[in-house]
Amino acid sequence: MKYGVVVFPGSNCDHDAITATSVYAGAETVEIWHKDTSIPEGIDCIIIPGGFSFGDYLRSGAIARVSPIMKEVIKFANNGGHVLGICNGFQILTEAGLLPGTLQRNESIHFICKDVHLKTINNSSAFTTKLKNDTVIKIPIAHQEGNFFAEPETISELEDNNRVIFRYCDENGNVSKEANPNGSINNIAGIINEKGNVLGMMPHPERYCDPILGCADGLAVFESLNTNLSK
Amino acid sequence: MIENNDKLWSEIDVTLETAHEVGLTDDEYSQVLEILGRKPTYTELGVYGVMWSEHCSYKNSIKQLKTLPRSGGRMLVDAGEENAGLIDIGDGYAICFKIESHNHPSAIEPFQGAATGVGGILRDIFSMGARPIAALNSLRFGELESGRIKYLMRGAVEGIGHYGNSFGVPTVGGEIYFDDCYHDNPLINAMAVGICKADKTASAAAAGPGNPVFIVGSSTGRDGIHGASLLASREFDEQTEDMRPTVQVGDPFAEKLLLEATLELIEADVVVAVQDMGAAGICCSTSEMSARTDVGMDVDLDKVPMREEGMSAYEIMLSESQERMLFIIEKGKEEKAIEICDKWDVPITLIGIITNDGILNIRREGKTVVQMDAEPLVLGGGAPQNDPKAIEPKYLKETRAFDTTNLKTDISLKDAFFKLISTPTIASKRWIFEQYDSQVRTNSVNIKGDAAVIRLKELPGKGIALCTDCNSRYTYLNPYNGAMSAVAEAARNVVCVGAEPVAITNCLNFGNPDDPEVFWTFKEAIKGMGDACRALGTPVTGGNVSFHNESRNRAVNPTPTIGMLGLIDDLNKTMSLNFKKEGDEIYILGNDRQEFGGSEYLKQIHGTISGEAPIIDIEEEKRLQKATLTAIRSSVVNSAHDTAEGGIAVCLAEKSFGKNKLGCEVELSGELTAAKLFGESQSRIVVSLDSAKVAELKTICDNNNVPMTKLGTVVNDKFEIKGCFETTVAEIEKEYEDAIPSRMQQ
Repeated sequence: MKYGVVVFPGSNCDHDAITATSVYAGAETVEIWHKDTSIPEGIDCIIIPGGFSFGDYLRSGAIARVSPIMKEVIKFANNGGHVLGICNGFQILTEAGLLPGTLQRNESIHFICKDVHLKTINNSSAFTTKLKNDTVIKIPIAHQEGNFFAEPETISELEDNNRVIFRYCDENGNVSKEANPNGSINNIAGIINEKGNVLGMMPHPERYCDPILGCADGLAVFESLNTNLSK
Repeated sequence: MIENNDKLWSEIDVTLETAHEVGLTDDEYSQVLEILGRKPTYTELGVYGVMWSEHCSYKNSIKQLKTLPRSGGRMLVDAGEENAGLIDIGDGYAICFKIESHNHPSAIEPFQGAATGVGGILRDIFSMGARPIAALNSLRFGELESGRIKYLMRGAVEGIGHYGNSFGVPTVGGEIYFDDCYHDNPLINAMAVGICKADKTASAAAAGPGNPVFIVGSSTGRDGIHGASLLASREFDEQTEDMRPTVQVGDPFAEKLLLEATLELIEADVVVAVQDMGAAGICCSTSEMSARTDVGMDVDLDKVPMREEGMSAYEIMLSESQERMLFIIEKGKEEKAIEICDKWDVPITLIGIITNDGILNIRREGKTVVQMDAEPLVLGGGAPQNDPKAIEPKYLKETRAFDTTNLKTDISLKDAFFKLISTPTIASKRWIFEQYDSQVRTNSVNIKGDAAVIRLKELPGKGIALCTDCNSRYTYLNPYNGAMSAVAEAARNVVCVGAEPVAITNCLNFGNPDDPEVFWTFKEAIKGMGDACRALGTPVTGGNVSFHNESRNRAVNPTPTIGMLGLIDDLNKTMSLNFKKEGDEIYILGNDRQEFGGSEYLKQIHGTISGEAPIIDIEEEKRLQKATLTAIRSSVVNSAHDTAEGGIAVCLAEKSFGKNKLGCEVELSGELTAAKLFGESQSRIVVSLDSAKVAELKTICDNNNVPMTKLGTVVNDKFEIKGCFETTVAEIEKEYEDAIPSRMQQ
């Protein structure tokens, strides 16, 4: 299993994604510089990590979208390659048109960093087969713009086609307004594209892969990918 | 009058008045004339003004600072020698850390003031070659009631988050106090911590005549001119608001690029020396770097990338534009340096060369605007070293005379408890810390205890503990004892998480040093800090002095904030503060003197900050810390938390919070008094443990001559102090959690 982690100049969760996939999930991981114009051979999954790709003073991900590597990422995805966008990575994937909708500013206005609970809605994707549907995992969020929004037709399309992968819930699995940290429509925390090979999620699974940090629930995402994509 | 050297160009003629304008006194200006043997150019005068300002020269504090233990132990560089302190943690690695104030800018523009405070301290760390792995901050505001204080806090918290979150350093701890003495003059102290290979650090000492001098990072604008000399080095008055343009504007993304480029440059062995440009910009970095090794520098200011047209030499030299570094690159390795900066899209520009004559030679538009020795400009060189007058403040007679033994109140102990738990200084700081990314870099093992526990990926199984501390009510009532208590509490806090305290950094926030009463409190605080550091074996690695924290003729409480570093040998043996298991027994280690002076209770219930500060016996403190650390490392206790503001009662409440809803049933011996519940005697730690381990704890305490007293038992969801009140954990937690958010929503 080989991961490629795209590094934008303002990525700051790139090291964490590399550690999670290589040290804790035991895969091979390489960095891909944003100015590169090709994807290295043999990559099974590309991760667009969290951070502030280009400072995000304009609109999160709006500049990253036009980095040379993104053309290649889009090609990779269109050819069926798997892409995981986490936090700023999710924002970049929506800007690049690989995922629908947009991430607005949190309802509270503030940046929020805390543990949230996620309910797995669709465990048939390559990203989630190690999770059981409706079970609850604990994963942290850290963002100011994570409030998922899309037009009603898009939301229906996502819901009807089982493309919502994670929803914010409380520790008992109740998907409630109180458990929604940022105001996302239908408590949406992560979605996949139509073909099921591109996942965008605001919570950070790479942050919870080592029990010494209090929780290793995030490892299931990388273990799912390892199982499903290993050649 | 001595005239300018003919070859020198001065944009305006310098007089005593111009000297006053740049902040020099009559005496200091005479000294400048004497050193130069001629009249300075306007730019030279500006350089002297800023380099001899309190902020850069430490002229009123350096004699006192030299009395602190500033070397030895694990220290790899002596305090003040480099941009930040450096502590050997073994196995070839070192921890680099420092705390700094950004009080004055934050009072005027809280968002940018606090943001650039974080940016500045991060640069100090990575200019040493260390990658920042944690940030902390110590914040002090007026009472959280008025719109202005809420504006200041909202802005400062957002600014810290804005900078740290984007840069990618986890903000893992710190403290926040609210007191009227900070109403006009908030304190924003930012601390940063980094890790590096001990043999791969960078120096700030320029060397090697012929080596090129590069400016790396952002372009230079007119922002921040006189930030150090005029804004940071005087009190607030009616004109202060007009100084908003002296506040710099931060760009965390530019800093992130600068970080990566700097670390790569150092790793590539092309760097001779590097210094960040914070206070006093090019002026400070060129003179300090030269003076450290007696070399000189030839600099052409026309080459400096500027973001505005028509900037004068004076403005370029004094600009405090952020996210810039001065690099001395090894001759012949320029291309490699440029290649690395290009990769990160970081501008790098050749502006000068190292010379061997010790002289700063600076040109603008073909004219020489500065030609003078660097040495007389700097701290440790020719900068003034004053010995201000110190007189014991009159207010101390009154506060000491205050009798705390016969206070009457109608407020019941229960009501007092709820009032304390919901006072912003004690209440939950969740509203603040959730705005900071506390987990990026995935090293944050526990940030909710007395100190933050950070693992070191470089040294598997090992970690560090970090905290900041200073209860300024104690330093107000007794600066010597108070400063000692600040060091002791900081050490106690890292001990409570299972770490061994090893070194401190300090941020000394005081009023006007020319006021003898203020200066007396400064001297006393330094004495107390030094004695405590010597006794606890935690030397001072560096830090920062911030004077002139006053307004409306009122100085802030003496506030010597301590940033403590602790080492953890085995991350499996760390400790957290909350109760773990129903049925565990609760003990308090240490002596209870039932002192009331300077307590939060006195302030909240009787509206006064009076009495004598709690006694601190540093030998007793050492024994307590040794016993606690032994108990933690031998897995005898299941939780540990020291008593602080609000005494035993608040300590027990804090131990009850958390997911598992475990509370306590407590029975205190003797008469139940407010002093017993809420008194703030020092050197006490509350632990919980399995009944089967009590004998083992007793042995450890006896061996260390530490008294231990049973307080009660851990129970499910109940909080009861027998003979006083009984309630649920949920009820007190609600009060504790709601206090700050409900105020911020008003």
